[in-house]
Amino acid sequence: MIAAPGSLLWFAHHELRLAWRDWLAMMTGGHRVRLLGFLVGGLAVYALLLFIAAAIIAPAAARGITPDKPTLAMVTGVGLLFFSVMLSQALESVTRVYYARSDLDLILSSPASTRTLFAVRTGAVALSTALLSALLASPIINMLALFAGPHWLWAYLVLPAFSALAVAIAMALTMGLFRLVGPKRTRLIAQILAAIVGAGFVIGIQAVAILSFDTYSRFALFSSPDLVASLPAADHWLWLPARAVMGDAVSAVPVIVSFVAALALAMLLFSPSYGRLAVAAASVGQSSRHRAKSGTHFTGRTQAQVLRHKEWRLLQRDPWLLSQTLMQMLYLLPPALLLWVNYGEGAGAFIVIVPVLVMASGQLAGGLAWLALSGEDAYDLVATAPIAARSILRAKIEAVLTVVAVILTPLLALLALNSWTMALATGVCAILSAASATAIQVWFRVPMRRAMFRRRQVASRAATISEAFASITWAGTGALLSVGSWAAGITAIIALVVLGSARSLSPHRS
Amino acid sequence: MTVPALAIKNLAKSFDRPVVQGLDLTVAAGEFYALLGPNGAGKTTILRMVAGLLAPDAGSIEIFGTDIRKDPVGAKRLLAWVSDEPMVYDRLTPLEYLDFVAGLWQVEPSRARDAANDLLTLLGLKPHANELCGSFSKGMLQKVALAGALIHNPRLIILDEPLTGLDAGSARQVKDVLLEKVRQGVTIIMTTHILEVAERMAQRIGVIAGGNLVAEGTLAELRARTGRESTLEEIFLELVETAPATS
Repeated sequence: MIAAPGSLLWFAHHELRLAWRDWLAMMTGGHRVRLLGFLVGGLAVYALLLFIAAAIIAPAAARGITPDKPTLAMVTGVGLLFFSVMLSQALESVTRVYYARSDLDLILSSPASTRTLFAVRTGAVALSTALLSALLASPIINMLALFAGPHWLWAYLVLPAFSALAVAIAMALTMGLFRLVGPKRTRLIAQILAAIVGAGFVIGIQAVAILSFDTYSRFALFSSPDLVASLPAADHWLWLPARAVMGDAVSAVPVIVSFVAALALAMLLFSPSYGRLAVAAASVGQSSRHRAKSGTHFTGRTQAQVLRHKEWRLLQRDPWLLSQTLMQMLYLLPPALLLWVNYGEGAGAFIVIVPVLVMASGQLAGGLAWLALSGEDAYDLVATAPIAARSILRAKIEAVLTVVAVILTPLLALLALNSWTMALATGVCAILSAASATAIQVWFRVPMRRAMFRRRQVASRAATISEAFASITWAGTGALLSVGSWAAGITAIIALVVLGSARSLSPHRS
Repeated sequence: MTVPALAIKNLAKSFDRPVVQGLDLTVAAGEFYALLGPNGAGKTTILRMVAGLLAPDAGSIEIFGTDIRKDPVGAKRLLAWVSDEPMVYDRLTPLEYLDFVAGLWQVEPSRARDAANDLLTLLGLKPHANELCGSFSKGMLQKVALAGALIHNPRLIILDEPLTGLDAGSARQVKDVLLEKVRQGVTIIMTTHILEVAERMAQRIGVIAGGNLVAEGTLAELRARTGRESTLEEIFLELVETAPATS
């Protein structure tokens, strides 16, 4: 035993052990041998990221990076992008501190201090946020340290401070939501907020990568002369965080101290109410009796219609699930930006919409198919109904594809007004993308609770990866087909190979 | 000769070890049959195979003469399955859930609505008929699931631990409903760990141990077999202890 039971250290040890085992299980899926494969694959990806970072950083470093106003504006801009992902992750994790039940009931019913538990759990959130952001930023920091000087390594000390500030803000936002909308709606709103902030990061960071590949002068937002001219002078306190990241110790110390103090203050302010709010969050599902507006009747329809209507009604009635499903579409904006920059000028601005719609179809179909096939809460009931298993499967697939079609058709119609050939290429590839994602979900279906939607990738990483690759390759096919490139054939073949590989790996091949 | 409600012949199923081994079991139409056995004896596996939720490795299962493997849809039309973990949709109300089940079994709409109202009243769920099931206790969910099993008037009802988690009042309601169904000619096969329930409700009792039927009969026949005036609990323990272990 490393510390007295119930103490801060004791709880920290307990949390660390659980987190480590969770991570190990997620990475290895229960097979330790896979850890080696994961490490080798991870290192390969990391090497690629270092290479990309070097390609971006080296030319800028050769020109010299000095803490002048344009550079400080650029560093602040990039820093804000990283901060947005920290805030997104922190917001989601802090919400989980209040809402995740697992062992909370056990601990809350014990005489252990809820303040200590809150301190440990929010501290763990800050630590994991710092680790993730350090991992994401490390290729850039390492290359800056290599090409522009070791003082950039200071960023590794400043990042945890930023994550502390992100967690403090996340705590304040969560508490604000508790007061403003109550425990019933806090989780939903916080998670939507986290996804929007997170998507903002992805969109932003893609913009940095894409726009910086050509030249920094195209980094229009942060380096535009108008914006730089309007900003305060280089010695203004506003630039302290940027100076801290760049290795200025005099700036780093107040930044680190004030951000960590913000976290400590938040912990101090919000820990007394933790026990009460966690209990309130727990009773959300139990105390509230929601009356539902009666919808159309299931009886008097064919069995296939009954199953389709059931899927639609459950989706319609679950705003959290609906938001999680539709939120995936936000993440499709970066590829749109990528194609806008690379192809937009030559093939017309609308070309950018083609791969976005194709990918959106695949991602949306994949999420909905998981809900309909694996997330069937009354699996036994449906399986014992007097309807052939194939008919059940077909009805559920129809329910999924109908939703995708309803969302996609107006957009395709708008696209057709500009170019019917582009709309045709998009339509065909979107159907193929949605069909591929659905097929992968059929092959890899495993009965799970609908509430597990956000952890569905844990059930099968092969399904998640194949679904993403299939959507990307069909999106590429759509884009290439739209500009009349023969290379569309190659991406289509790659998509089919992805599907073939997924099928050969899957437990259900029917 | 009347067709039995359930006829199982030489049924076998293995997972990492044999769970059911050469089981023969016949349940007459209109009978209340209790299947007893210690944890891991294979009761749930047997019932899941009967409900068509698990494929047997060998043997045959006939529901009122319809082979579940050859004509699964035909067999399923005749039966209802209620598991120990009530599987009900959080985002449907009991009324909608029953409407959905009736739709799956193609019950005529007006008959389904009447039956749903009757069942909800009978099981004390009428005041909650338009509330989402997500906020219900396990006992309430169990009653919704039971109502779902009854809405399409099955000829055979299979229940796996239906009284688990129910309070005394709810358990009484469920038992009354089940006994009424048997009086109407419905066949019920039920597993339970509450031996008193089996003793009071079942017409015949089967004891499973190690994937085999080690004893079967009325309570009197089981007493005669052990040779003394024992309670079902004593008989059960004696039969299970003397049964050969699963290989």
